[in-house]
Amino acid sequence: MLGPARVITDRQELRTYECDGLAHYKVVPALVVLPQDTAQVAAVVRACAEAGVPFVARGSGTGLSGGALPHADGVLIVTAQMRRLVEVDPADERAVAEPGVINLQVTRAATPHGYYYAPDPSSQQICSIGGNVAENSGGAHCLKYGFTTNHVTGLEVVTPDGEVTRLGGRALDPPGYDLLGAFVGSEGTLGVATEVTVKLTRLPESVRTLLAGFHGTDQAGAATSAIIGAGVVPAAIEMMDALAIEAAEAAVACGYPAGAGAVLIVELDGPAAEVAAQFGEVTRLCEANGAFEIRIAADDAERALFWRGRKSAFAAVGRISPDYIVQDGVIPRTALPEVLRRIEELAAGHGVRVANVFHAGDGNLHPLVLFDDAIEGAAERAEAASGAIIDICIEYGGSITGEHGVGSDKARFMPRMFTDDDLDTMQLLRCAFDPDGLANPGKVFPTPRLCGERPGRHRGALEYQGAEVF
Amino acid sequence: MSVLDELARPAGDDDVVGGVPARLVAAPADTAEAAALVAAARELTVVVRGAGTKIDWGVPPRSLDLIIDTRRLTGVVEHAAGDLITIVRAGTPLSEISLGAQVLALDGPARATVGGTVAANTTGPRRLHYGSVRDLLIGITVVRPDGKVAKSGGRVVKNVAGYDLGKLYTGSYGTLGLITECVFRLHPRPRAAAYVRAQAPAADAARVREARVAPAAIELDSATGELAVLLEGTPEGVRERAAALAKLLGGEVAEEPPAWWGADPWPAGGIGMKLSVPLSQVPALVAGGDPVRGSAGTGVLYAAAEGITQVERLRGLCTRLGGHAVVLTAPAAFRDILDMWGPVPGLALMRRVKDQFDPAHRFAPGRFVGGI
Repeated sequence: MLGPARVITDRQELRTYECDGLAHYKVVPALVVLPQDTAQVAAVVRACAEAGVPFVARGSGTGLSGGALPHADGVLIVTAQMRRLVEVDPADERAVAEPGVINLQVTRAATPHGYYYAPDPSSQQICSIGGNVAENSGGAHCLKYGFTTNHVTGLEVVTPDGEVTRLGGRALDPPGYDLLGAFVGSEGTLGVATEVTVKLTRLPESVRTLLAGFHGTDQAGAATSAIIGAGVVPAAIEMMDALAIEAAEAAVACGYPAGAGAVLIVELDGPAAEVAAQFGEVTRLCEANGAFEIRIAADDAERALFWRGRKSAFAAVGRISPDYIVQDGVIPRTALPEVLRRIEELAAGHGVRVANVFHAGDGNLHPLVLFDDAIEGAAERAEAASGAIIDICIEYGGSITGEHGVGSDKARFMPRMFTDDDLDTMQLLRCAFDPDGLANPGKVFPTPRLCGERPGRHRGALEYQGAEVF
Repeated sequence: MSVLDELARPAGDDDVVGGVPARLVAAPADTAEAAALVAAARELTVVVRGAGTKIDWGVPPRSLDLIIDTRRLTGVVEHAAGDLITIVRAGTPLSEISLGAQVLALDGPARATVGGTVAANTTGPRRLHYGSVRDLLIGITVVRPDGKVAKSGGRVVKNVAGYDLGKLYTGSYGTLGLITECVFRLHPRPRAAAYVRAQAPAADAARVREARVAPAAIELDSATGELAVLLEGTPEGVRERAAALAKLLGGEVAEEPPAWWGADPWPAGGIGMKLSVPLSQVPALVAGGDPVRGSAGTGVLYAAAEGITQVERLRGLCTRLGGHAVVLTAPAAFRDILDMWGPVPGLALMRRVKDQFDPAHRFAPGRFVGGI
């Protein structure tokens, strides 16, 4: 079907694919395939369906929840070679991309036409559009512009029986169930997206960015609430606490206000007159809530510098700690000060340090739990603290994941957020698409639902029991 | 006495769905009671009814024993202004949702309920800026056809835990169960708004987009030849943008929208269609000659049709232009001979979804695509 060059069976080469961005889960896949087009994906999936073999799709492998963790007895379908940007059509405000196309590539191709692709995960220089669809990826600017699901209008998918189906297209509101909406964010459990049609967003007339230094997160949180309360919808409001700032300074020397206990990056975009009016208001609200220094980006270079510290924050933490866990949880924005205090107490109780980097505008926290694996028991303590943070998010009516996905890492938390009936109902959809449970088994749901008797077929519903956890 | 006996009353003359009379009507007071009712009604065919503003939409049900009326499932459960969300019971009329300095940007008849708006996926002019139901709905509670209560999503906007069943129920026409509660994201109420109205060709919508004035809506009405643009924002910003746009289009700035704004183009009891084409094809749709009205900013428009010939002509045109057309509503004489939904890509998969959620096909049987 694919030819030997597109099938990897060598153990050493297979190891290259043993994990995604969440590197402490590792499983070597039985087989890796690198299809070049939809027909090849369909052929592989059909062969899997006939043989009862599980399959896992993978884009660039940047996911942070182990969503693309391979199955030890399964096929890993890597879409990285399907990277043709099929079309950029400003007249329809759409782009059509193969799943392996890199997120930022869409924006780069659209910019000369006065458009861009709005969802901007921090990994946008390497993450793939197919992976974005699977994970319903967000980004710093989804506060105003929404997530991947709000920007995908059409998909070509290979369903787990190997059939090729089109869901949606360029025109909106196709008749029938919104299976497109159900597919986006299903983490590879409903099939493989082989072509993606996305909305392009008009570049704003004006973008203005400010960096505000505060003495602590309480003040920065109060400023955030004041901005939202004033009816301003910024393109982004990002917060970093003292430890995260320390890490970013060590890594990229971003030159944030000295002595800041917290910084806010607030970005406004839109028509120049609107942005000018609201920017003044945002500046006043930051000052009124205790900002001791406010810098306004004079040009794109300075704006990029403000963002560099924020966008590098995850990796930067490596400069101040040998090991760390990136957490992803959501709380109602109004609970921010309370939850940050709880996290602080919790960190002290567990004997770990937690750096906080987050999308303050939408309450999406990314606590980074720092530890040193060389110290006996440190990893376990960090893991416990990280899990306890998720419990706090649930307690405040939030979510166990805002953008990284459930994947392998958080399936066990699903019952804390949803009832058995909730999870059972979600899996009715799974059964409609994938009755044999071959598409990315063991992800998202802690317990697979049996979809009726299918004698003689491998259910593929085993958890990734073969996973070595490091 | 079963819950069914307790809650259901014999149907009256008005308890008719698409010409099909019901036998019983029941109005549960909350999700728990609704769940008990649905569980007790497992031998019955069911249609869910809100305010009934769209009760004649879709194909008439093949069979109808029980109407579940959501008129008692009402009220705003919570409005968390600081979090920009609200939780609303499904039977609440859109007109009764009062959110102060914030708005729930759903467009629909004022009497329409939240649940009906979600189930029928009605959209209006503001979808260009605010998105449609699928973009605003962040959590949902439903009673499945087997009586089990399930929710998905939550009360935070940013949330990727589990499947997004809200999208599946949006536009599902009551075929997957009863929606009892919805969580929506809200937007700040704009401080100022203005309309720019012009006699302008549909192609000028592209010039509006190019002008980067961040329109909240771009609507056209081909019968009057008018293009109207809604601008929202700060008073100074709106004034400046409106003036610039009025100059660009050779139009005028108005405080009020034109009379046709957001109004169905078909008369009560007539044939009403929803048309959708890629953006670049809106001028070609208008050039087809049949009067159309709707969003030139998103390519979703509406039309009245006199009869089958016109329905087929509009559907043929939309399909050639890369879109699709459905008949939302039609008088009884046409319903049996019209293909209301037209071709439906992905239908086989949709049937499998229906079979999983409602294996006995009891909920709104036959109202949806492909006889679902």
